[in-house]
Amino acid sequence: MIKAWFKSGTPWVWLNAAAVSTCLIMVVGVLGLIVVRGVGHFWPAPVIQFSYQEPGGPVQTIIGEHIDTSITPAAMAKSTGHIMADDEDTLVQYLIKTGNRDITGADFRWILERNIQQQQTPAELMVVERREWGNFYGQLLAVKESGKIIAAGDQAWPAAQARIDQALAIFKEIAHLEKKEVGAINYSLEQLRLEQKRLELNNRWDAAAEQRLAAEKAELEIDYKKYQTQLSELYRQIRRDSLVATTEGGKEIEIPVAKVVRIFQPNTMSRFDKVWHYGAKLVEFLTDDPREANTEGGIFPAIFGTVMMVIMMSIIVTPFGVIAAVYLREYAKQGFITRLIRIAVNNLAGVPSIVYGVFGLGFFVYILGGNIDQLFFPEAAPAPVYGTPGLLWASITLALLTLPVVIVSTEEGLARIPKSIREGSLALGATKLETLWLTVLPMASPAMMTGLILAVARAAGEVAPLMLVGVVKMAPTLPLDGNYPFLHLDRKFMHLGFHIYDVGFQSPNVEAARPLVYATSLLLVLVIVGLNLSAILIRNHLREKYRALEG
Amino acid sequence: MSEINAPIKQPPATAKDGGSAASGMEPKRPIKISSGEYHQRWRLIKDALARYGVVAGGLGVIVAIVLIFFYLLYVVYPLFISASAAPVSEYPVPEQALGNTLLLAIEEQNEVAARFTDSGQVVFFNAATGKTLLTQAVAIPEGAHITSFAQGSPIKEGAVIYGLSDGRAIIAKQQYKVTYPDNVRLITPSLKYPLGEQPLALDESGAALEAIAVKVGSDSTTIVAKTADKIRLINFKKELSLFADEAALTRTDSVLDLPTAGIAEILIDKDESNLYLINNDGQLGYFDISDKSSPDLKQQLNVVDAGQKITSVTFLNGDLSLMIGDSSGLVSQWSMVRDKLNRPAMQKIRAFKVSDKAIIAINSEQRRKGFMTTDADGIVGIYHSTAEREMIKERVSDALPSTAILSPRANALLLQSAAGNMHFWQVDNEHPEVSIKSLWQKVWYESYPKPDYIWQSSSANNDFEPKYSLTPLVFGTLKASFYAMLVAIPLALMGAIYTAYFMAPGMRQYVKPSIEIMGALPTVILGFLAGLWLAPFMEEHLTGIFALLMIVPVGVMLFAFAWQFLPKTITQNLPEGWDAALLIPVILLSGWIAFQVSVPLETYLFHGTLQDWLKAEMGIGYDQRNSLVVGVAMGFAVIPTIFSIAEDAIFSVPKHLTVGSLALGATPWQTMIRVVLLTASPGIFSAVMIGFGRAVGETMIVLMATGNTPVMDLSVFQGMRTLAANIAVEMPESEVDSTHYRILFLAALVLFMFTFVFNTLAEVIRQRLREKYSSL
Repeated sequence: MIKAWFKSGTPWVWLNAAAVSTCLIMVVGVLGLIVVRGVGHFWPAPVIQFSYQEPGGPVQTIIGEHIDTSITPAAMAKSTGHIMADDEDTLVQYLIKTGNRDITGADFRWILERNIQQQQTPAELMVVERREWGNFYGQLLAVKESGKIIAAGDQAWPAAQARIDQALAIFKEIAHLEKKEVGAINYSLEQLRLEQKRLELNNRWDAAAEQRLAAEKAELEIDYKKYQTQLSELYRQIRRDSLVATTEGGKEIEIPVAKVVRIFQPNTMSRFDKVWHYGAKLVEFLTDDPREANTEGGIFPAIFGTVMMVIMMSIIVTPFGVIAAVYLREYAKQGFITRLIRIAVNNLAGVPSIVYGVFGLGFFVYILGGNIDQLFFPEAAPAPVYGTPGLLWASITLALLTLPVVIVSTEEGLARIPKSIREGSLALGATKLETLWLTVLPMASPAMMTGLILAVARAAGEVAPLMLVGVVKMAPTLPLDGNYPFLHLDRKFMHLGFHIYDVGFQSPNVEAARPLVYATSLLLVLVIVGLNLSAILIRNHLREKYRALEG
Repeated sequence: MSEINAPIKQPPATAKDGGSAASGMEPKRPIKISSGEYHQRWRLIKDALARYGVVAGGLGVIVAIVLIFFYLLYVVYPLFISASAAPVSEYPVPEQALGNTLLLAIEEQNEVAARFTDSGQVVFFNAATGKTLLTQAVAIPEGAHITSFAQGSPIKEGAVIYGLSDGRAIIAKQQYKVTYPDNVRLITPSLKYPLGEQPLALDESGAALEAIAVKVGSDSTTIVAKTADKIRLINFKKELSLFADEAALTRTDSVLDLPTAGIAEILIDKDESNLYLINNDGQLGYFDISDKSSPDLKQQLNVVDAGQKITSVTFLNGDLSLMIGDSSGLVSQWSMVRDKLNRPAMQKIRAFKVSDKAIIAINSEQRRKGFMTTDADGIVGIYHSTAEREMIKERVSDALPSTAILSPRANALLLQSAAGNMHFWQVDNEHPEVSIKSLWQKVWYESYPKPDYIWQSSSANNDFEPKYSLTPLVFGTLKASFYAMLVAIPLALMGAIYTAYFMAPGMRQYVKPSIEIMGALPTVILGFLAGLWLAPFMEEHLTGIFALLMIVPVGVMLFAFAWQFLPKTITQNLPEGWDAALLIPVILLSGWIAFQVSVPLETYLFHGTLQDWLKAEMGIGYDQRNSLVVGVAMGFAVIPTIFSIAEDAIFSVPKHLTVGSLALGATPWQTMIRVVLLTASPGIFSAVMIGFGRAVGETMIVLMATGNTPVMDLSVFQGMRTLAANIAVEMPESEVDSTHYRILFLAALVLFMFTFVFNTLAEVIRQRLREKYSSL
């Protein structure tokens, strides 16, 4: 009977069905994994205090967040060198984030479940998020002002909160002054230096010019001095306070308030507090600059860089893609040339993205950029302006890479427009261009939109070529700012995809950075899946519409 | 938008009104015929302009792909053009009266050259014109004359040593100071004495030094000198004492245990730990002199064929191999190779047949593994040892050459002929390291036990031998794609078959987009998950993964078998073509069982972990980021590509074919296999091709999910480095227009060609298929 069953072919059909199911499980699994890991990161986890005793050792206290559990079967544990009792089936280990890297040298620690004597969550345990050295876990003892204790015991917590709020406000002001105001002055000074060099190169450097530049320079320097005094006053204020806290080992340490981002006591937080905390962390993630070699803080520059690059790319790719598609559908005689172009389009789509990166680096950056520098920016030599990877070249490279997407999609849209519409327009005396511009293209615009959306989705997720043509792990300035000419196409930028690669693989503290990478991945996946879904929706909608049109 | 440059205001509403537009829509207002001739003409001009613009834009796509190809080719091309040399000037030997030339030297900029004469004079002259700039006499003491001479090393204006007739020696060093008075480069030569102007007494008895060698290091200097009856080794070690400003020199003396007869050449390597003595009959003696007080004779062997004589010998840059030229015109490279017992032994690693006449001089390049030979016929040749390439072979002078030298950057050569003329040539030899052999075949690198394929492009030190074998990278690329295809092809094709032919349209509507979304996921995320989640997971559950492969298909089959016995009331409730949805829980369940079963199974079968068992029993090492991880992750990335194209091909098989087959009594599966698949096979083939092309070029997943070590190992549990990942890793650090840079471009070109061939083939097949379908 089994033979007959096999002969009927049914099992093979089932097996094929299983392949589809497997693919679906894989997609959902990957998306689910990213969502689960990415969403959880900002939720304040309880801080647990373990009494931990290694066999033959003293009882020690370990404070930290539980990150992960690993269950190893006994045989495997034995082979990795653990001593196992006969009645133990598995070896259970917990990964604890203990923080306090400045004291213990490591953020994380694996502990064995069987060595835990006791575990509790005391209310007074606090987490200090710091600008350096990662989180601190411990108990708050007192708050100091200029070295003198001003609050201790129960008053310490509210006092600390108040001082931190104060310090954060000052910190914001400092950041504003340093980045915006002083940054603008530095930028202007650099422009003056370049202008001087430019005048010298053109042999127009005379007394008048010298005087003018000197005057401008003096003005800027006055401003600079002013900001400098303001800054030093702010620095004095922010450095005044500090927190005194004890670590798990009972060691007393002092944390300068200037280095604190926030403090909280997760074990006493209500659900509402936790939601609030989550929201605050999420906002920080989306709008703040990264800290600690990108492993903490926000990813705003990466979001901004990605968006800028994608916009630039869209501006470049859309006209070219649409024109090529229009040629293929409306102008070209179907034959050898169109076949050749289709092959070219397919090849453009199939060429590995890293090859685009190599091409972009060699051709755009070194050849085009190098020549632009020689022609237009001789004063900046030997520092390159456009002769180095930057936003412009990244955008052009990705425009080339996404060109086939736009062409294919637009062409499909054009193909669906019934011939009768063109013929009608032509019959009424319109030229081909008028027909195209007034009837065909408006009708095909949703298809172009689809193509553009897909191109944007592709560009947002592409990393390999960008590594060569303009993305950096940490860009000091955004490509768009308040200094003339506002949009700096020559600057390097940060990118979400590269951020994931860099933080996940190049960071010195991968374990600490991992949750942030999941969160970044989640953001990127949401954007890309969202874009793709909208493209699919537009496409389906369009198909329905034209089906009606044809009928 | 429609208003911008429309001279005739046609109702823009045509587009919006949809259906009625086609069926002769009434214009809302009469078309205003433009009265002006000008307008009409302008309309036509615009139309024509647009036509040209659009045609140009359309052809631009072809231009783009051609541009990419030719640009890559343009960067790669210099690798394969041959080197050239051309004469610059010829002039009589400067200050010929000061004696015969022992050694020629040129400084970095090729401006100043030096001639060391046998009378102890050093003549600095302009390399291009021969004008004497400075003549300096080495401080030879009264009553002694020069009996031997040697150069320590050509690198960094290296020191020379003069052995004297009274058993003493002087070490001198040329120096060039570069200044820029009035923005013009000025190079001032001078002579220095690194160990003092006083001659060093090497032989107490005062016997003449017949042969000598020196190596001057930053804090140690080693001299080997041969007198008529002894070979002495003297080492001066600079010891900085805490209180004195002057460093004290500690001298160590020893005598080598070797007969002096016939010793013609002495060579000390740059670490001053190996010493080579060569005698006229082709005997090479190799000493370990790490301990200067007791030199240890390690090996003695014959390095030339019987009847031949060694005529010239020198170190290749890096002092790891000896280039030995003999009287038959053969230059052989001997290098220290560790044998099976890990003992160092000199071994011949390659030979160049340079000429039929004797080799009279070999000069090595100072930055690369190249060398210049001069033979008794007067022909100068420039070779590269690693690439085994003859770069240049030229007759520089009609008279016999007597001495020659290559400039430090190997871009010029200076040659003195026996007729008393200097020949200054420029040499254009940018990329000697590359040859078909060095890129694709096994090469015997210095200090390696045997010829091998190695990619190791750069290192910190200057005398490193770059290893540019693309073979391990291509191997890695193919290996990664192979495992990816192993995962992707069955899943994608079977999935496509089911989705296109058996699945209910209601389900297909959702399944197809979801799998296509899978293709839109950025590869950097897949790579990140593969590297940081899947790789550790697999390491922990390796047995589970293999159990999964066996248990899930079995589970599915069992379920399917059981399904037919279920009461009809249940089976009929499930609409046809929803089997896949039904299978999801089955697969999840059997997957879970697989992981549960794997733990006791592993303990029972392997008494520990599978990895340990593999290591102990089979000798297979386990790398956490291995091909299996890459296969799964990259398979995931490739599935949607193959699925989508294959599904389209199967779905668009004309319905009358399948209906006809079914009507003739074939089962759906028979129809599928015999009719549908056969018809769609070109489409499926092109799907696989395109998928393969994508896997070959994928960068981020491989970069993140493997260890990126360029090994040639077929094992599933080892990593690899692919061409694409290699470019991503090394391109940002490579110097523009260097050989390394161009080779990375070559790697990109290889990738480009590879995908070009595959994609073009796939596209041509697809176009054919489309024509076939439309004719059916």
